[in-house]
Amino acid sequence: MDGRDSPLARAAAEPLAAPEGAAAPAPATGGLLRFLTCGSVDDGKSTLIGRLLHDCRALLEDQLAALAADSRRHGTQGDDLDFALLVDGLAAEREQGITIDVAYRYFATPRRKFIVADTPGHEQYTRNMATGASTADLAILLVDARKGVVTQTRRHATIAHLLGIRHLVLAVNKMDLVGFGEPVFAAIVAEFRAFADRLGIGEVVAIPLSALAGDNVTAPSARMPWHAGPTLLAHLETVEVDWDRARARPFRMPVQWVNRPDQTFRGFAGLVASGVIRPGDEVRVLPSGRTTRVARIVTMEGDLAEAAAGQSVTLTLADEVEAGRGSVIAAASAPPQVADQFEATIVWMDDAPLHVGRGYWLKLATQTVTATVAHPKHVLNVNTLEHLAAKTLEMNAIGVAEVRTDRPIVFEPYADSRTLGGFILIDRLTNRTVGAGMLHFALRRSQNVHWQALEISREARAALKNQKPAVLWFTGLSGSGKSTIANLVEKRLHRMNRHTFLLDGDNVRHGLCRDLGFTEADRIENIRRVGEVARLMADAGLIVITAFISPFRAEREMVRRMLPEGEFLEIFVDTPLEVAEARDVKGLYAKARRGELRNFTGIDSPYEPPEAPELRIDTTRTSPEEAARLVVARLLGED
Amino acid sequence: MTASAAHLSQTRLPPRPLDHLDRLEAESIHILREVVAECERPVMLYSVGKDSAVMLHLARKAFFPAPPPFPLLHIASGWDFADVLAHRDRMAAAAGMELIVHHNAAAAAAGVNPFDTPTPVYTRLMLTEALVAALDAHGFDAAFGGARRDEEKARAKERIFSFRSASHAWDPKAQRPELWNLYNARKNPGESIRVFPLSNWTELDIWAYIAREGVPLVPLYFAAERPTVRRGNLLLVVDDDRFRFLPGETVEPRWVRFRTLGCYPLTGAVESRAATLAEVMAEMQAVRVSERAGRAVDHDEAASMERKKQEGYF
Ligand SMILES: Nc1nc2c(ncn2[C@@H]2O[C@H](COP(=O)(O)OP(=O)(O)OP(=O)(O)O)[C@@H](O)[C@H]2O)c(=O)[nH]1
Ligand SMILES: [Mg+2]
Repeated sequence: MDGRDSPLARAAAEPLAAPEGAAAPAPATGGLLRFLTCGSVDDGKSTLIGRLLHDCRALLEDQLAALAADSRRHGTQGDDLDFALLVDGLAAEREQGITIDVAYRYFATPRRKFIVADTPGHEQYTRNMATGASTADLAILLVDARKGVVTQTRRHATIAHLLGIRHLVLAVNKMDLVGFGEPVFAAIVAEFRAFADRLGIGEVVAIPLSALAGDNVTAPSARMPWHAGPTLLAHLETVEVDWDRARARPFRMPVQWVNRPDQTFRGFAGLVASGVIRPGDEVRVLPSGRTTRVARIVTMEGDLAEAAAGQSVTLTLADEVEAGRGSVIAAASAPPQVADQFEATIVWMDDAPLHVGRGYWLKLATQTVTATVAHPKHVLNVNTLEHLAAKTLEMNAIGVAEVRTDRPIVFEPYADSRTLGGFILIDRLTNRTVGAGMLHFALRRSQNVHWQALEISREARAALKNQKPAVLWFTGLSGSGKSTIANLVEKRLHRMNRHTFLLDGDNVRHGLCRDLGFTEADRIENIRRVGEVARLMADAGLIVITAFISPFRAEREMVRRMLPEGEFLEIFVDTPLEVAEARDVKGLYAKARRGELRNFTGIDSPYEPPEAPELRIDTTRTSPEEAARLVVARLLGED
Repeated sequence: MTASAAHLSQTRLPPRPLDHLDRLEAESIHILREVVAECERPVMLYSVGKDSAVMLHLARKAFFPAPPPFPLLHIASGWDFADVLAHRDRMAAAAGMELIVHHNAAAAAAGVNPFDTPTPVYTRLMLTEALVAALDAHGFDAAFGGARRDEEKARAKERIFSFRSASHAWDPKAQRPELWNLYNARKNPGESIRVFPLSNWTELDIWAYIAREGVPLVPLYFAAERPTVRRGNLLLVVDDDRFRFLPGETVEPRWVRFRTLGCYPLTGAVESRAATLAEVMAEMQAVRVSERAGRAVDHDEAASMERKKQEGYF
């Protein structure tokens, strides 16, 4: 075998690094193109990637031998090579003949380097398609020539477009099965073009292919002389991608980590999201809003005169300003916005649907906050692009909704910045990534970055009362003793001249939360409202006592996060179910057991005990009086 | 370390256009820093090979002027090349990092060795289980590994942040979506994370980067005359006098180098005269087999990697 022909040889023919100080001529081609294959199940995505790798001679001898052996064992092509097996690397994928998760492959031609993500077509694995699409510059959308444009074709086109992929190739595959006829191709292209127009997709390059036979993949097909356009590879090699878009925008660097090896050095480490920075440049640190100058750009090789989008660097600043993980260092003259209410498009990715009102972790760049999502304004019918009304977001739904964060975050519209506009939502109980979102705009901009300081602060109000505000949050099963102990606690505090207020579950349900039932969603909303009221009362300087079953950890955490550190005391009234049920003061357990009461905690609705409560009271050993004494002692720091 | 913070060079390097190695480097550094920012007790698995060398180099860059804020962990099978051990100690010291060496002494004492024990069993006991035991013993919640997606089909499917159950198993069908460069590092009780900062690097990228950055490598990557034995299609190097010969085998001096390093009785060398980095890279251009072809470990069966990963192999 001729060594000069090997894939490694051809990739290596490119210069390893530009010479120091060279100007930056942006070649039309060259560079690294990231693309993905997508489209409906069995349309030939994996086969196409395998074919591309094969025809670009990116496969080594032992890999080809393994493919031949694999093809005989698992293949769908008799004795011929089944190229899909090159990328379908999981045992389950080979057995089922489908792609389940995204595979990343790497190859190069003399003109360009490529990273390709082969994504699954099956609707169940849409989230894996989105994973592959989120980092791609270009999408190849496959269509089976026999089947034409189907729902998954439209869904994937929509997701690729939403994620901001600017280059789309419509690959009409399996042309061998329709006699390589132009009319079939033309009809599919016309149908897709109409859909793309409504979606707002600009250019679409359509190519008729046979991934299996290789027609129009790397070499023009003699069987489709009517196709005047480029082969797939020729297009991939020459499509002009504007990689410098981020560089041309104002400077932003989300701080990942503060580097403090000793007293003399304090550096802010991060990946430059956009723009260019030089020592001496004026920057604004958000969300605090303080301005300063960049002192140095520190790297192991030495200080840099300049750093630009795409570089991981460490900056030092001229002044001591408050900054840490989650801060964004930005061009002082053109800082990004700071806000806590947004409109966003969300792609839901979890089997469990969105819980409107529940707190999720929202991670955007290096900021992690608690966020709630309101009822969707609409969800998208991916076939008709109609806006449909919806109460929630189910798995694979694409919807537009309001998102509120528990504190202001630094952001930019996704259209301007993937880094500062793209976010994921994480379930706080399962820790799964349940959604991905793209921010459009702020609904209520936080004025001027700085908060409008109220003349009388919460501290001042509390000081007048000679106390520290707090929320004593009792949680536990129905009949565990929450209300009894809470009452005793309030009496004790009252005797001590403390200003208190007791919010009791049953009482609140007669007014504030009269409109709510006992479904999971309603219980979440119930706790959210009580949490907000408790917070207002704490702001007013009161010691707030609440007695709610509050069965879900996520909601208790949500309330904890509404309050300043240390002001939320979670008190777990720990009574075993048998004991509470045996007491059954209100006769509710009996009713629930008879099936007359649904969603009853402990019976047919779960109770999630606190993992690290400030105080746990075992009511099988502690009397209510003793429990109240313990709570007060804990509150006043006397134990 | 305090000294180096104060004595940083103040001359400024002029800007140059970013090439694809710069982008790979920036991505890897970003990953390393995310883990340090979000995990409680990270560790870097350091195998001393070329990928580990690059990963360590990237870690030093990521946290400079501080030393990388986590220890290095080496799983020593007891059958490591002597050069590897020497290089390991040198590099850990140069980086100013704590080095933890873990060895499955119980299995070794029970007679497990690369000659008598079937290779899959040997690797499981001396590498996979030893690694799992070390991670558990130290309570590491995140471990960096130098695996690349271009190495193997199952690797090509793995996320950059790859979760393991309490029993260190990988569930390829339940990987979290991983969008943009946003990593969800939140673990459930007992879970730990394997993090692969070099996921998007190819073998050629690794070599090009080593050349560009002058990353120090174990001499075994460069050709020299070494005592060798041919066994099946593997060319083994007799690294010490514990080597066990099969009937009819003889030691022959040959010019060889390694593309990948493992336990010396199980790792095949390639015949080569390439004694410098430039020569190695020139030879790479003619190469028609993948680096894994030189490992006895991976030949067992097609789906072996996925199975091993499910058991906790890196
Ligand atoms: N005749 C013909 N068959 C093809 C062509 N391309 C793919 N196929 C066959 O179509 C079947 C499905 O191909 P895959 O590549 O696995 O499809 P996929 O789009 O990757 O499927 P998922 O990833 O599971 O969504 C296989 O049997 C292929 O051999 C083609 O151009 N012509
Ligand atoms: Mg596929």
